[in-house]
Amino acid sequence: MDAGFLRGLYTLIMFVAFIGVVWWAWSARRKDDFEEAANLPLENDARESSGRIPGVNGGAK
Amino acid sequence: MDKSQTYNDDVVRKFAIMTVVWAIVGMAVGVFIAAQLMWPQLGFDLPWLSFGRLRPLHTNAVIFAFGGSALFATSYYVVQRTCHARLFSDGLAAFTFWGWNLVIVLAAITLPLGITSSKEYAELEWPIDILIAVVWVAYAVVFFGTIMKRRIKHIYVANWFFGAFILTVAVLHIVNSLALPVGMMKSYSVYSGVVDAMVQWWYGHNAVGFFLTAGFLGMMYYFVPKQAGRPVFSYRLSVVHFWALISVYMWAGPHHLHYTTLPDWAQSLGMVFSLVLFAPSWGGMINGIMTLSGAWHKLRTDPILKFMIVSLSFYGMSTFEGPMMSIKTVNALSHYTDWTIGHVHSGALGWVAMISMGCIYALLPRVLGRESMYSIKLIDTHFWTSTIGTVLYIASMWMAGVMQGLMWRAVNEDGTLTYTFVESLKATYPFYAIRLVGGTLFLAGALIMAYNVWKTVAESKTPAPVPVADPA
Repeated sequence: MDAGFLRGLYTLIMFVAFIGVVWWAWSARRKDDFEEAANLPLENDARESSGRIPGVNGGAK
Repeated sequence: MDKSQTYNDDVVRKFAIMTVVWAIVGMAVGVFIAAQLMWPQLGFDLPWLSFGRLRPLHTNAVIFAFGGSALFATSYYVVQRTCHARLFSDGLAAFTFWGWNLVIVLAAITLPLGITSSKEYAELEWPIDILIAVVWVAYAVVFFGTIMKRRIKHIYVANWFFGAFILTVAVLHIVNSLALPVGMMKSYSVYSGVVDAMVQWWYGHNAVGFFLTAGFLGMMYYFVPKQAGRPVFSYRLSVVHFWALISVYMWAGPHHLHYTTLPDWAQSLGMVFSLVLFAPSWGGMINGIMTLSGAWHKLRTDPILKFMIVSLSFYGMSTFEGPMMSIKTVNALSHYTDWTIGHVHSGALGWVAMISMGCIYALLPRVLGRESMYSIKLIDTHFWTSTIGTVLYIASMWMAGVMQGLMWRAVNEDGTLTYTFVESLKATYPFYAIRLVGGTLFLAGALIMAYNVWKTVAESKTPAPVPVADPA
């Protein structure tokens, strides 16, 4: 095995790994998990969702 | 309430405030050295005011002090909210704050004194390097400790980007800073010759890729959806974006060493990887911008969102320009000219600084127990000031750079050079003036932000700790 063969093999492994990541990300089984995760930033802190800010506008602590 | 049931926003507040302070310091030094390029006598023949000593102070202050503080503030905020857990250790978190700021103060003292290892973006001498390593390991413990404490199954994509940034910077900093001390303030790198150059730019370009890109993409993936009020355009794309970006960045460094004694195959490898990098970079940019699809009207009224979306546009521009400049024949024209400076600032002002400022405007009211900043109008003023400043800066440096490249390579029929170096310098003067105006405008924007932050903080009482939210 010469260096050229190893380089080619490495390229192939990286290509397969990339396809693997794409396949994993787009598989139907991930859909619900990803939807849940994508909504994480939209959850509000206690003070945001209540509209009252504890300790500032006379809200409960 | 039990402290462990609340978020640690204290360290977030501290880092957020220092982000603004260090922005002004770092950008003011930048404006000063830009003025020195027009009026060299501004150094007053004082060695510690010379360009060669202040330039690394500028780069260290804006990258590590301003950018670093923004990254600490946002990563600590985001990891707690998306993991539904308090930071792993209050003591270690406080240590990262005081330690990081001590590093910055030491940099501000040693660099003007001429104490430097002369490695670009890694100029600090070995005792400070050790302190950086210790602080960084503490940062990693706090961040990953919080991830381990998380009360939900999934690790949100922003945390993947922050995590990759923290891990990689630790490796880069330690490997590149390996040196043999010969005194308290003097050391020699363990690498020499072309190996030293390659290690330096492996570090240098990954500092761009991980410190200045992955970390700020972490900010983008949390704060753009938050501000737009809708989830990221495609979570699947964000996963592919993450793995593609981090696996390709590692080998782009050699494009800094085109036409040097670095072996040709390594130069070509660097060029190819830089070209490939275009794809994940634009994937991420599109993912960020398209998050707004269906809510474009928000751009009309929300200057914070304007900051974020314009920063992504500059990210797209500079990640197109970068791969193009890494092509060897283009690099033959652009390298060593002011085009490089323009490219860097397209990324640094347009992307890094503007996404940071947008995120700080979004984050600060939340950790101060308020609905919004003191003045939305001033955020809008700041937005336009910094956008115009950035455009003036990069456009002038593009023109200067291409002109310099063309003048340097011009030859007469008999093979002699058409222009002397000083002629190209003279021709650059008008562009240096425009750059100075652009930089000053950007600094003015940061001062407007400081005033707004000052008034916001002055109006706020120290808020009660926010309880950790229960997993949905």
